[in-house]
Amino acid sequence: MKRLFCLLALMVAVILVGCGKPDFSDAEKKTIASLALNTLPSLKPDTTNRIADVPAAAALGSTLFFDLGMSRDGTVSCSTCHKIDRQFQDDLPQAVGVGRTNRRTMPLAGVARDPWFFWDGRRDSLWAQALTPLENPLEQAGNRTAYAHYIKTRFGERYERIFGPLPDFAGIPLNASPLGNDAERAAWNAMSDPQRDAINRVYANIGKAIAAFERSIEPAQTRFDRFALDLATGAEPKGDAVFTREEILGLKLFIGKANCVTCHNGPRFTDNSFHNTGVPPVADLPPDRGRVDAVAQVEADPFNCFGAYRDGDASACGELRFMVKDAPQLVRAYKTPSLRGAATRPPYMHAGQFSSLDEVVAHYAKAAPSVEGTTEIHPLQLSDRERAALVAFLRTLTE
Amino acid sequence: MASIWRYLLAGVGLAALLAGVLAVVYLTAPQSAQTVGPDVSRTKKTDNGLYMASFVPERGVVRQGELESWLLTLKTKTGASVERAAIAISGGMPQHNHGLPTSPQVTDYLGDGRYRIEGLKFTMSGWWQLRFAISSGAGSDTVLFNVVL
Repeated sequence: MKRLFCLLALMVAVILVGCGKPDFSDAEKKTIASLALNTLPSLKPDTTNRIADVPAAAALGSTLFFDLGMSRDGTVSCSTCHKIDRQFQDDLPQAVGVGRTNRRTMPLAGVARDPWFFWDGRRDSLWAQALTPLENPLEQAGNRTAYAHYIKTRFGERYERIFGPLPDFAGIPLNASPLGNDAERAAWNAMSDPQRDAINRVYANIGKAIAAFERSIEPAQTRFDRFALDLATGAEPKGDAVFTREEILGLKLFIGKANCVTCHNGPRFTDNSFHNTGVPPVADLPPDRGRVDAVAQVEADPFNCFGAYRDGDASACGELRFMVKDAPQLVRAYKTPSLRGAATRPPYMHAGQFSSLDEVVAHYAKAAPSVEGTTEIHPLQLSDRERAALVAFLRTLTE
Repeated sequence: MASIWRYLLAGVGLAALLAGVLAVVYLTAPQSAQTVGPDVSRTKKTDNGLYMASFVPERGVVRQGELESWLLTLKTKTGASVERAAIAISGGMPQHNHGLPTSPQVTDYLGDGRYRIEGLKFTMSGWWQLRFAISSGAGSDTVLFNVVL
């Protein structure tokens, strides 16, 4: 009798130990290894921005990033929404600059590796992106000649050491922009072509300096990366690299049955592409159709890769050159965000539609039809335990 | 004591029965399409048999998430190189309701029926389809290649 109980206890112990130890197939191990941060290649040079890796430019860019003077009324800077102590985002469903915008602020870790910027990809370089909020009436609400005057007055010497001489400001209006109010647009139109070009060049250089700073913001190692490295090398995980059974189940679902990894792939957990996943609109916001409306905007942007303000040659413009311009899949398609750090920065989706990761996972499991266009996701049977496990795994991408 | 061994024997018997049932279910389950997979050959006759088409990555390997350049080689039925063909490229992921994430184009003719296709990008793992509509003096035809990553 006693021996029988010993045998049963031993069997139970073996089963429990077996459950706690990660058991992955070779294919799963390969996928897990492809998600680890150590597979992130070093940052490619940005040939469209010749000062992208110049330290003095990054220093000027960081000054501008945090400078409240870079707005119409001196109350907003890039860092108002991209908060340095909050993963360079602001925890709000929609960003608030001078006014309330229509979209969620994106975090900046690894941003220099994106081919497209904003949720809809309406800009094609980090420096062209950095210029856009400066003139957006809801964000920094400034205008182009005001920024150029400000740079000359406050940072003229630093600017000229990086970019060479500033242009002649004689006859340049204090407030003028092709995107401003009626008076600013009229003032812009009254300028000569060489004047407009000179101001655009200063303006582009502001974006290039800010981009040089933003390039330094890279994703940090997490528990998942330590776990994945141990799994790949066969080392015994120690400390926080040991995953719980729930986290292992979540990881298995993420790369298996739940299909998350098809879009959230690579060491940044994003395919850098745009998808309609049936995320519902926000009732009191203007209509938002995502990528389909961004195509014309990026083509019309004078600061895009084909434009006159790019450094280097057009061989860097492959993304813009081969961009999908007209396809049903672009309707309500939004960028796949990186999942690194996501667990500690609710709310989620392009306008903060979901307040928790549980809601996000529930949305993807349900796969409701999109209000416009066709969702790419399919309904999925996930138990409560499986949904919780997925969220537990996502948390390992944060700590 | 004897009763415990009886219960244990009954347990083992039930477990064996369960294992047997599971084995029958597993062995008779229909093979899913995924295990068979689509035809991924890179040399194919076009749908109406007008051309022989081969399709290879220019760098030899496919790297997920990067703009790629592939070579399409076109021969006629008699093996002659197809010159100056007009080629349109489409495709997507049939299981994800989406087309290609880029608009690949023919950017160069390299001679000997070889055409450079630039701007291909495979953003996710899985089953991709690339369809070429080919038009030349020999006529118009289409061919579909499957790429599984």
